[in-house]
Amino acid sequence: MSHPIQLHPSADFIARTRAATADKDLRKGFRGAMDFLQAKRAAQFPDPVELETLRDLGAAIRRHSLACLPDLLEQLEGRLTANGIQVHWAETPDEANAIVLDIVRRRQAKSVIKGKSMVSEEVAMNHVLEAAGLEVLESDMGEYIVQLAGEAPSHIIMPAIHKSKQQIAALFAAKLPGVAYTEDVDELIRIGRDVLRRKFAAADIGLSGVNFAVAETGTLFLVENEGNGRMCTTVPKVHVAITGIEKVVAKLEHVAVLNTLLPRSATGQAVETYQNFISGPRKPDELDGPEEVHLILLDNGRTQAYADREFRATLQCIRCGACMNHCPVYARIGGHAYGTTYPGPIGAIISPHLLGIGATHALATASTLCGACAEVCPVRIPIPQLLIRLRNEAQADSAHASALRGAGESHSVLGSLIFRAWALLYAHPAFYRMATWLMSRLRVLAPARQGAWTQMRTPLIPARRRLRDLLREPRRDAARDSTVA
Amino acid sequence: MEHDTAGARRYPAKPADVYLFATCLIDQFAPEAGMDTVRLLEREGIRVHFPADQTCCGQPAYTSGYPDEARAVAARQLELFPEPWPVVVPSGSCAAMMRHHYPKLFAADKVHLAKSEELAERIFEFTEFLVHVVHFDRPDHGAASTVALHTSCHARREMGSHASSEALLAGLSRVKLVRQEHAEECCGFGGTFSVRHPAISEAMVTDKVQSLVAAGAECVVSADSGCLFNILGRADHMDRAAGRDSPSLPCEHIANFLWRRTAETLNGESA
Ligand code: SF4
Repeated sequence: MSHPIQLHPSADFIARTRAATADKDLRKGFRGAMDFLQAKRAAQFPDPVELETLRDLGAAIRRHSLACLPDLLEQLEGRLTANGIQVHWAETPDEANAIVLDIVRRRQAKSVIKGKSMVSEEVAMNHVLEAAGLEVLESDMGEYIVQLAGEAPSHIIMPAIHKSKQQIAALFAAKLPGVAYTEDVDELIRIGRDVLRRKFAAADIGLSGVNFAVAETGTLFLVENEGNGRMCTTVPKVHVAITGIEKVVAKLEHVAVLNTLLPRSATGQAVETYQNFISGPRKPDELDGPEEVHLILLDNGRTQAYADREFRATLQCIRCGACMNHCPVYARIGGHAYGTTYPGPIGAIISPHLLGIGATHALATASTLCGACAEVCPVRIPIPQLLIRLRNEAQADSAHASALRGAGESHSVLGSLIFRAWALLYAHPAFYRMATWLMSRLRVLAPARQGAWTQMRTPLIPARRRLRDLLREPRRDAARDSTVA
Repeated sequence: MEHDTAGARRYPAKPADVYLFATCLIDQFAPEAGMDTVRLLEREGIRVHFPADQTCCGQPAYTSGYPDEARAVAARQLELFPEPWPVVVPSGSCAAMMRHHYPKLFAADKVHLAKSEELAERIFEFTEFLVHVVHFDRPDHGAASTVALHTSCHARREMGSHASSEALLAGLSRVKLVRQEHAEECCGFGGTFSVRHPAISEAMVTDKVQSLVAAGAECVVSADSGCLFNILGRADHMDRAAGRDSPSLPCEHIANFLWRRTAETLNGESA
């Protein structure tokens, strides 16, 4: 089944969560994977003092980067250009794709090989390139699997985490000529690698993401575990990197701190297998490397988040995925149910800026605000607080709606009436006393069906006497003369 | 939601008087939890004052996107505690709302902000208060029993009071505390979340019930009524669906549990 990214992820969100929670295999798979990743992360941070200190540092670095974002971007552009890397600015996904297509045409490219890049997913680059007649091949094993299956990634770090070994085996056997069904994981990886390695040599363009762009040196930092990232960025004649404007940091030493947090938070690894520092195209005396290197810096709604004092924290994200690995909602519904490029808690807070608050409000409400995400976020993004703010923005009436894209679109007359009545009752103690007194007297009339609550729970019935009634009654056990006043 | 946890907080000496903010859920649906909170505090020689004008902390509106309505209700609660006494709240979630979120709610309103900041310092979750202020230490008169503790997410992550609930149970000599799998995970209540996203909520609470049953708990204890209603409501529903007559997972507010086990009445029966 294909899970295309939705333009209006809220529209069928409830239906998708119903389907996902009813899928026992999916729930078992995600639970197992999340438990595994949580345990691996925990093992990487045995010392809570070190962890919290690192998180303080990580947050401070990211806040600092954002505080001087315009200056850093300017500096970055200058250094990259000096290093021979061509910098392109894209405000929208269309602009980003147009830039790539332009490079493709100029180079008369026929094929693109891709390393993992969530920003390229965000702009649906594969579709655009394929529509233009190019062969596009994902070279990250997880991405390759979802590409073969015609799906979208279900996790930002582990795109094919929703797939079982058996499903991958069946997929390979069905889609790859001459490949027999095998559940041997090593063999599956070997098969995938074989296909991919052959393609590297022939690809005209290598495309990758960026983990951090360093302003002071003009360096693109890219981590990965499979070596495919290094191949994508060095083997083809052209390397195109794409990233969001928020990924810039001021200094190289900032990367050192952030990268002690990133792999440990993400996959529970002490360090990634490959760390690539990309500082320009091949120089005349060098034997290998691309002839051209490009960086596309994408906005796509990020400046909206940036402009807001509170929402700016969203851009601190280093895309480690720890929030989704620890999210009890994500563990139940998986990544596809969100209908967005970025699922889980980070998806719920970033997607409203990419797609509009109205289109994504269901994601913000699909949280108990339990805080498990904020507890692990390596850069201390106050995710639950941002979700509360998004809820405010989504349902604001026209008089209160802010300038944020899609604010107030989810305003519900019924919802606001309910809460107005609620406030009338709870802000007026006399009304409250009368209403709760009535409820306690009429408790036998408490409905057996209480909407969604009783679809799977027994009804909630008011007590015969309220606490305030009990406290007024004479008590044998009264040790002190406590008061109701 | 990075907040100081209970361990980092400075605690006052045991006072002669406290306010009780009992929460709307306890007032209307679980008054005995409120009564046992009062009994436990009174037995320690503390006078408990229940401001009759209290209603709700305002959290339902605050988390549902209705900050104006939340402010209207919260502003009324700010008026309830004129004396400088501690305010004891038998719910980690409501305590967190009053301690950590009132100042955010009133960030743009100087008068209420000052009041809410002053109040925040006096807000104590009930088990936190028993452990750190009262230094609760009473002999266990109950029968040997195996229980599991469920801590609400706000109690755990905003008040740090999971540790005090645990300490109180550990202090009961005949109570064996078992740990359910994924103990720190949310039960799936989340206020309006439970009715807005019923499928996800059901998946979460069903898993929670199953892990508690699997842990071998005879009873589930929690300092938060919201979680208890969610877990108990689901367990009851599952019992009925399976045709079981007796509840497979009795739940109790920690105030009820503590009072029941430490009350000095015949045979250790509950008072
Ligand atoms: S929000 Fe925090 S935890 Fe989630 S992906 Fe971003 S950095 Fe990681």
